[in-house]
Amino acid sequence: MLKRALAIITLLIIGYWLAQGLAGVPFGQDKMIVGRYYLENVKEQTGAVNAVTAIVVNYRGFDTLGEVTVLFIASTGVGALLWRKKKKRTARAEGSVVLKTGTELLFPFVVLFGAYIFIHGHLTPGGGFPGGATIATAFLLLYMAFINYEIPHRAFEKTEGLAGMGYVLVGLIGLAIGGYFLFDWIWQTWNWGHDNIGRLFSGGFIPIIYTLIGIKVGTELSGIIDNMLKEGVSE
Amino acid sequence: MNCITCIEYIIVALMILSAILAVEWRDLLAAAVGMAAVSLFASILFFMLQAPDVAMTEAAIGAALSGAIVIFAIKRTQRFETEEEEKPGWWVRW
Repeated sequence: MLKRALAIITLLIIGYWLAQGLAGVPFGQDKMIVGRYYLENVKEQTGAVNAVTAIVVNYRGFDTLGEVTVLFIASTGVGALLWRKKKKRTARAEGSVVLKTGTELLFPFVVLFGAYIFIHGHLTPGGGFPGGATIATAFLLLYMAFINYEIPHRAFEKTEGLAGMGYVLVGLIGLAIGGYFLFDWIWQTWNWGHDNIGRLFSGGFIPIIYTLIGIKVGTELSGIIDNMLKEGVSE
Repeated sequence: MNCITCIEYIIVALMILSAILAVEWRDLLAAAVGMAAVSLFASILFFMLQAPDVAMTEAAIGAALSGAIVIFAIKRTQRFETEEEEKPGWWVRW
């Protein structure tokens, strides 16, 4: 009882300190130098209307590459932990009529919406990670509705690898042309799309990289779902 | 207090409620659903705080994918129920 009371008092004190500290931070006010620099220069330097995407892919592109790598390692870890020589789907109960019909009708539209999210990443909120996750939920629907469904493994693994290599390749082309890794060669050297900012064909390499990331994340998360669902069969 | 703020407070209260329920429910499936509900309310809150891209990611990954993966993991375990009497809840236990 005394221990509990001490723990709760400590928690309350720490929480009070944190709340006091956070109350002093001016959230949402225009005070930070870096943030103001991004907001003022984002259109001329990157061509993207969505400043968040411009920061994530263009200014901080190397961090995003690291993020993609982390996801890849997580997916590899799931695959290695759940590895069996022969894996099969063991679900016995079919999905209900509502689930099956709904999945058949909705699947193309969910994939289309995911693709829209990552292709228009430089114009509207969203980007490669939400788009890829949306596509993975479409495959999750297929897995839940049909007991025999499996993703095309070979094609998915190859697509995933090619998309990841494409990201590095785009960065290496930037290194060759502009002098540093992930230099925005389409926007700054070739000057493509300077006269239609705010439309689809602008934003330098942001749409290309986000399409690659979207495809990679979508296939990777579908692979994780596949690994989690199938069970090893001993023969 | 205008109405948007009321809705935000209601959503925060629902989040806390579902988090407590997710810890307290003894049925693992129900607890997984409670965990997904926390993410869903968090994504609504992100949307109301004008972060739509975070809201999309939270809804897709937090509510759908991680909930589904936890449920798949539960599916691989065995289900049993013991006949022990109900212990008092978290508000008395400590």
